[in-house]
Amino acid sequence: MNVVVCVKQIPDPAAPPALDAGTKNLVRDGKLILDDSDAYGVEMALQLADAAGGGEVTLVSMAPNGEVSGLRTALAMGAAKAILVSDPVLAGTDALGTAKVLAAAIKRAEPDLILAATESSDGYTGTTPVQIAELLGLPSVTFAKKVEVTGSSVKVERQTEAGYDEVECPLPAVVTVTAGVVEPRYPSFKGIMAAKSKPVENLTVADLGIDAGQVGAAGARQEITDVAPAEARASGEIVVDEGEGHLRVIEFLEQLKVI
Amino acid sequence: MSIAKIWVVAEVVDGAPTTTSLELVSHARTLADSVETIVWGDGATAAGTLGEYGATTVHDVGDLGGALPGAPVAAAIAAAVGAGSGPDAVLLPATYDGRDIAGRLSVKLDRPVLTNVVGLSEADGGLVSQHAIFGGAEILTAKFTAEGPGIFVIRAKSFAAEPSGGAPAAVVAAPAPDTGASNAARIVARHVEERTGPKLDEAEVVVSGGRGLGEKDQYVLIEQLASLLHGAAGASRAIVDAGWVPYSHQVGQTGKTVKPTVYLACGISGATQHMVGMKNSKNIVAINKDQDAPIFQVADLGIVGDVHKVVPKLIEALQARG
Repeated sequence: MNVVVCVKQIPDPAAPPALDAGTKNLVRDGKLILDDSDAYGVEMALQLADAAGGGEVTLVSMAPNGEVSGLRTALAMGAAKAILVSDPVLAGTDALGTAKVLAAAIKRAEPDLILAATESSDGYTGTTPVQIAELLGLPSVTFAKKVEVTGSSVKVERQTEAGYDEVECPLPAVVTVTAGVVEPRYPSFKGIMAAKSKPVENLTVADLGIDAGQVGAAGARQEITDVAPAEARASGEIVVDEGEGHLRVIEFLEQLKVI
Repeated sequence: MSIAKIWVVAEVVDGAPTTTSLELVSHARTLADSVETIVWGDGATAAGTLGEYGATTVHDVGDLGGALPGAPVAAAIAAAVGAGSGPDAVLLPATYDGRDIAGRLSVKLDRPVLTNVVGLSEADGGLVSQHAIFGGAEILTAKFTAEGPGIFVIRAKSFAAEPSGGAPAAVVAAPAPDTGASNAARIVARHVEERTGPKLDEAEVVVSGGRGLGEKDQYVLIEQLASLLHGAAGASRAIVDAGWVPYSHQVGQTGKTVKPTVYLACGISGATQHMVGMKNSKNIVAINKDQDAPIFQVADLGIVGDVHKVVPKLIEALQARG
């Protein structure tokens, strides 16, 4: 079974995020790493390909520059190859433009199953995977907490507001997985070494036959008009617990007439 | 008002519109001349309530036969837009199904989507949306720059749900056109997790636990404290991901948005992901042993201490009060 995993390389979340003063887009020109949320999809894909007794896991990603360090992390986990669409015209692309690019790249891999995270950790728009499904005319099941493939269909436990639904869906399909669906493996030393020579196909937007006007800031057809600090909460009272801290909480709850 | 018509995607559970759906209908009333809703399943039974909150019409997609709502509901909205009877903007709740519908609708109309909206207002004849970024520390304002209906996915509790005393909404059938393979997923069974006490997103008191609890078994402290305060037990994403508690307990970006009278964060450091879901609580109490934890920046009362010491004493003191 061939599985495509959509992965995103994002600015290190440990570093303070910044917005570009002009475009007000998130600054992404520093070092990029594999989005933590994507490690779950990569692990799921590896396990499903294994259980199916064969097949390849292909990463599909997009970046304005040719960054590959995040992809190497996922290749080191065991993915076979990667397709990276990198093109300066992609700077400022929104979720729909991203979906158009990724869908065109995914088509080339002819997968049985496409996995993605429910949302990225930097932009968290959370619509790209479903947009990809719609562009490819495929069914989608989002927010999977368990995924099983049997023959030509996938069975998913999908989170709901009240619990979860069991959903069955014929392949090919798009499935988004939540964090915690599986425990991502750490790349082994052997994996890290092997990843260095795994193929990364670099494509431009033109290679995919997509008009540059569909992507980038112009294709986004939306603009950020303002960014301002949110109303700050007045700083509260801090009590260092020396055995009596709970009494202050009780007093506070009494004042609010909660108790 | 220069916005003629807004459609709200209204989710109906057991015959009643969800609170978030009513928040969206209420707010849409202040922005547009007319507000209509689109529902599916047994949604038409909610026409009375939706009318009471200001909707004039309920477009009923009808029974989905076990299909997920994403493809059919998006197709029904796109059909109305194609026929010229569609809205100037579509508002959707930021729920699992709401995001699915928004994504598919976006492609069908070839229109971008703005998600994580926490405010929406009219300016120069168009709509501008507010978005909380960097854990709610900054508010970003955005707008669409091209013609066509705007698609806005809105977080719960961004607006108040206020009835307008309107008459029951007129129900109009809006069957989905054939959506082919994109609509092939089927729900074969539903599982409802039993919870006791008030619902997490409606409770007056929410007690949440995080990684600082140390281990899964310690979550019982959170449940005990919540129960003594007649509140609901919540959790940070970290301990949901770790499998300590079900996802339905999660407060934050990918979980529930809560706005209780009191939010007690126990052993929660205050990651961006968590803060956006609870930052607007009326009062916040944080108990954490790390005095530099970001949660203390939003806390009205911060106790720098070990949850394993403070929380049991709190439970004991509340039990003693009877």
